[in-house]
Amino acid sequence: MTTTSGGLLLVLAVLVPFVGVMAGLVLGGRNPQRIALLTLVAGLGLALAIADAYLRSGSALVYLLGGWAPPLGVALRADSLSVIMLVAVAVVICGIGVYACADFGTPAGQREARAPFSFWLLLLAVWGSLNLVFVSGDLFTLYVALELLTFAGVPLVCLDGRGETLRAALRYLLFALLGSVFYLLGAVLLFGTCGTLDIPLLAARIRPEPVVWTAAALMTTGLLAKTALFPLHLWLPPAHAGAPAAASAVLSALVVKGSWFLVVRLWFDVMPGIVTFASAQLLGGLGAAAILGFSVVALRQERLKLLIAYSTLAQIGYLFLMFPLAFDVAAGQLDGGGALAGGMLQAISHATAKAAMFMAAGSIYAALGHDRIEGLAGIARALPISVLTFAVSGVALMGVLPSGAYLAKKLLLGAAAGSGQWWWEWALQAGGVLTSSYVVLVLARALARSEQTIQLKKSVSRVAQSAALALAVCSLLLACAALGPLPRSLISNPLAPSEIASVLLTVGGGGVLAFTLGTQPSRIPWAGAVGGAFVSADRMLRRWPVAGIALLVVATLFGWTLATA
Amino acid sequence: MNDATIFGLCAAALVGLGVYGLIVNPQPLRKILAFNIVGGGVFLLLGAIARRGAGAGFGGDPVPQALLITGIVVAFSATALAVALLLRLHDETGSVTLSSDVPPPPAPAADVDAA
Repeated sequence: MTTTSGGLLLVLAVLVPFVGVMAGLVLGGRNPQRIALLTLVAGLGLALAIADAYLRSGSALVYLLGGWAPPLGVALRADSLSVIMLVAVAVVICGIGVYACADFGTPAGQREARAPFSFWLLLLAVWGSLNLVFVSGDLFTLYVALELLTFAGVPLVCLDGRGETLRAALRYLLFALLGSVFYLLGAVLLFGTCGTLDIPLLAARIRPEPVVWTAAALMTTGLLAKTALFPLHLWLPPAHAGAPAAASAVLSALVVKGSWFLVVRLWFDVMPGIVTFASAQLLGGLGAAAILGFSVVALRQERLKLLIAYSTLAQIGYLFLMFPLAFDVAAGQLDGGGALAGGMLQAISHATAKAAMFMAAGSIYAALGHDRIEGLAGIARALPISVLTFAVSGVALMGVLPSGAYLAKKLLLGAAAGSGQWWWEWALQAGGVLTSSYVVLVLARALARSEQTIQLKKSVSRVAQSAALALAVCSLLLACAALGPLPRSLISNPLAPSEIASVLLTVGGGGVLAFTLGTQPSRIPWAGAVGGAFVSADRMLRRWPVAGIALLVVATLFGWTLATA
Repeated sequence: MNDATIFGLCAAALVGLGVYGLIVNPQPLRKILAFNIVGGGVFLLLGAIARRGAGAGFGGDPVPQALLITGIVVAFSATALAVALLLRLHDETGSVTLSSDVPPPPAPAADVDAA
């Protein structure tokens, strides 16, 4: 194996953001913002250059650090998955950067302000770490990248320094550390068994045996704890809802994708042959539970940002539905194809749409001085762009035409039908309806007529609102993937009766759910009781000891399902 | 029973103790210490693997030793960040509980909305 042409670009993609962090730290004052904006442009250019080099060569880009080949050396590698994620993250970070200029500019007359100084440096650090996650070729570098990502993400939670957010940050850090130590333990066990951590070498040497099952179970569980998949989500709602809007967007759209991407790497690249039918079903089952449970909890929230945080938890569940669908029963192993493409597309759609949604909520919060959903009436007239952004990103998340998530859903439904796993078709369809329920709930409030005109506490930057809208529109435009890399047959006539019926069903079903479960006090007694039960169960699961035991149970279940072929 | 096995068993015991502490102890500082005990267990295991994989004339396999040192650095930074957050939390709120169920101490009026 040798360094390919364009390999150096991978080093730059990781290095440039970190050089920006160092330079900003040393120069201080107003410089971090300037440096960050310059780096955003450079980084976006680098991501596009990597995509170009990849398309030209048609095979993975490789860079051997110091010229040493694995197993002794460390290789950076960019395959199609990495390239897609690199470009998507660059676009989202640029959108967030433009939005954050309004919130995180250093006030005039001040030489340096703490929050902007930290935010811009942390934004670059998150970007560099994510790029390292995407291009790392061995499990230990991935561990380091994942830790860097956590260290950059945790301070974003408590930028405003309030006690409540500090507590959320500490919870996040401690639970993430528990997850990463599980991952490291698994990686060490794999090294002890196979003598290498380089992904291609490991994939060739790995055999189904008890040590490997243990390692795989530990690593998967650790990563799920960092991704906040049900039932390991205790840290996410307070952390994502308490952070400033731009930081929430980074955390919700991007940071959780880092550990999710690692699960994809682990299952598809390292141990596709170790995965069993039962373990893939278990992973998908946790995802389905997340979709159902957290969508209902989202409907019961009183604050917009908490609603969006729970929506993130539900959408994380959606990202794990591709694992059972990618399992090839005849060959007894995971096989990429349509399900993997659908999952990646879903992840990118979610990244763009969720960033836009959090930023729109941030604008609304800033303008109103609160984000109580009850008090949103009339906001559509005062902040039309932000409400439109919320609506567009909501549509993008629901998976109705035309959006990237629609294509993703089609691909996943196709994989479900192809492998005869009809129960996942139900989960996918229900996911769309549940997503539309909380979007409809918020929009119904925002579009309601209010008696008195709303007094805005603060005018919101139009540029910032437009940046959010642009990201939301990006999520819709992902549907254009059907014109390029994906088969065009995925989009049939959008006005066909079946398509229109499915859209009506999704939105209408969501409306009914929002009406029955979402209103407080409930109009229907049993619906109130059901919603309340979900909220209590969520509160129970978010207690530390319960979450800790859930972690051990999940690890045991994965070990058991991997061992019973 | 050879050296590597004994060290491996010790590592398993440390990991078990640490995970127990992380889950059961409510105080954040103890959780941080417990994390370090788990980390110690993992590093001991890595050391045992390095010893077991030693080539002729070597004290140990250098690759896991290099991983071990990197891992210690990462765990150290994690501990430093966690302790810094903990101190800041204590300065701000006067308590170090992680539970959000406990009613927070009287907050300034501006915070009531957000809480």
